[in-house]
Amino acid sequence: MNLLAIIGEALRALRLNRLRTGLTMLGMIIGVAAVVLMLSIGQGAQATVNQAIASMGSNLFIVLPGATSSGAMRQTSGSVQTLTLGDAQAVASLPSIKAVAPIITGTAQLNFGANNWSTVVTGVTPDYFRVRNWSTEDGEVFTDTDFRSAARVVVLGQVTAKNLFGDEDPTGKTIRIKKSPFTVTGVLAAKGQSLDGRDQDDSVFIPLTTGQRQIFGSQFPGTIRFMMVQGKSPEVMEGAESEINQLLRQRHRLAEGTDSDFTVRNMAALAAVATGAAKVMSLMLGAIASVSLLVGGIGIMNIMLVSVTERTREIGIRMAIGANRRAILTQFLLEALVICILGGLAGVALGIGGAWAVSRAADMVVVITLGMVGLAFFFASAVGIFFGFYPAKKAASLRPVEALRYE
Amino acid sequence: MTSVQPDPSAEPLIRVDRLCKIYSLESGVNGTVNSQVLYDVNLNINRGEFVAIMGHSGSGKSTLMNLLGCLDTPSSGHYWLAGRDVASLSEDELASVRNHNLGFVFQGFNLLKRMTALDNVATPLLYAGVSRAESRQRAQELLQQTGLGKFSEYQPNQLSGGQQQRVAISRALVNNPQLILADEPTGNLDTQTSGEIMGVFERLNREKGITIVLVTHEDDIAAYASRLVRLKDGRVIHDSKVGP
Repeated sequence: MNLLAIIGEALRALRLNRLRTGLTMLGMIIGVAAVVLMLSIGQGAQATVNQAIASMGSNLFIVLPGATSSGAMRQTSGSVQTLTLGDAQAVASLPSIKAVAPIITGTAQLNFGANNWSTVVTGVTPDYFRVRNWSTEDGEVFTDTDFRSAARVVVLGQVTAKNLFGDEDPTGKTIRIKKSPFTVTGVLAAKGQSLDGRDQDDSVFIPLTTGQRQIFGSQFPGTIRFMMVQGKSPEVMEGAESEINQLLRQRHRLAEGTDSDFTVRNMAALAAVATGAAKVMSLMLGAIASVSLLVGGIGIMNIMLVSVTERTREIGIRMAIGANRRAILTQFLLEALVICILGGLAGVALGIGGAWAVSRAADMVVVITLGMVGLAFFFASAVGIFFGFYPAKKAASLRPVEALRYE
Repeated sequence: MTSVQPDPSAEPLIRVDRLCKIYSLESGVNGTVNSQVLYDVNLNINRGEFVAIMGHSGSGKSTLMNLLGCLDTPSSGHYWLAGRDVASLSEDELASVRNHNLGFVFQGFNLLKRMTALDNVATPLLYAGVSRAESRQRAQELLQQTGLGKFSEYQPNQLSGGQQQRVAISRALVNNPQLILADEPTGNLDTQTSGEIMGVFERLNREKGITIVLVTHEDDIAAYASRLVRLKDGRVIHDSKVGP
């Protein structure tokens, strides 16, 4: 008996008991939908984290002033209060370091024509854009010359550009920051959320020197808020961390045994932790969803066992007219498999629908991949074969004479 | 040295040699209880014969029928069907024998429920590996021949007993078997329909030369056969040519 004919038989047998088939299938539908939904939420979380990490830049350290282990105000005589541009330049000269981006920040009111917008103004060196791996969408970032001459130039984030200029092209226009005129050299590409959930595109960047001298002012000229340090490769990160520590302790003249007045944070390690957490969450969600798939499979086995008993006489007749064991086995196995595959298809559809609803309702990122759908489908089929096999085997090993006599 | 091959036409279609059947019944008190149903049955049936097997209930005629139909295996003794020792065949080979060499007609018709008459008749062909289209075409021809052409899309429960048994006979014939085994085929039918069904068997035997073995306990049904075998308590007590 060819496979197509057996599939036809299986579909016919399932049609005869619509309610029962439907309910059994529902177990499968819910199981597969749960797996697809949970995986898509988990993958979405992973994607969010990965994107935030990628937007940060690779092989990064962040060096912050003040020690985390003790009060930020603890000072020893002779040490500097905060990090300086000199510290940044010194760190940049370390052999394992590719680039350093010293940063100062503040909030300021921006004006363009009648529009105004309040946002974070960040003073940076041109290296900052390389460290963050952040390119412009329009125009250029400011140059080393601008930095050295403390020019009044500004690079806009996407959100800020939109709020100030609407549909106009900002490049070459002049805006006012704290009433001083700045020329827009370019608009940055969209970057999205950072790991801590800030919108990185709602920002503007000016040369660090300009910021220090003209916008923020400082009681200690030459100090910076923090710096981003980029290692040459992932392999040198560990060594680089201790080198930075050593160098800065030396520059700050810290005695042996005292606490540092700065903190070096390895962002790669932080990223690894975040990625790991997202992965574990993804796995957990998947594991929980698989349980419902398993329960659905047990439901199928139960119904198939009932079905085999009910149809003992039919099996006997089929054997009498020439069905061999394999034909009977295939018939019942296919019935289980058809339930699983149809249930799986409906489950995938429901799961995708559910994921869409979740992303709409909870404003979450969900990711549905073909591989994920394939995986759910594969597991559904595996469950069908696994749980369908025993009842089918039972049907196939009936003795014809006894099956025929069964009332 | 050349081995001497038996002439297949000289070999009887059915050769049964000292066939025994013992059922082992589990009993709580006495362990297993053996109950012997057939004792050393010897029986040869040639091609083209129309044999009626008679006996009271419990005489072992149904057990013999199941053994002849390869639905059950003997406890001891031998059974050659068309020269093949059935005991040496695997389960799948037995299924193939049932499919290709035998046709069954049962008292209770044993049609597959909620399946059209046409599909019922076509099913053995599907198991034989024939394509669906060809199976259905051949099934339709057979239904036409038995006068059920316009009932092909009816399901068994929409047909009368006589019609159902005709569908069952068509199903038994669909693979061109050499042997038809009919177990009380008229047991559920009224006298007139019984006569019609027996007429069908008679024609199949006479016109197509199909060997028919029929189990019945009614003398007037047995009278259609050309040979009568009587069983009593698991033994053959009478075997004679009868009829015209």
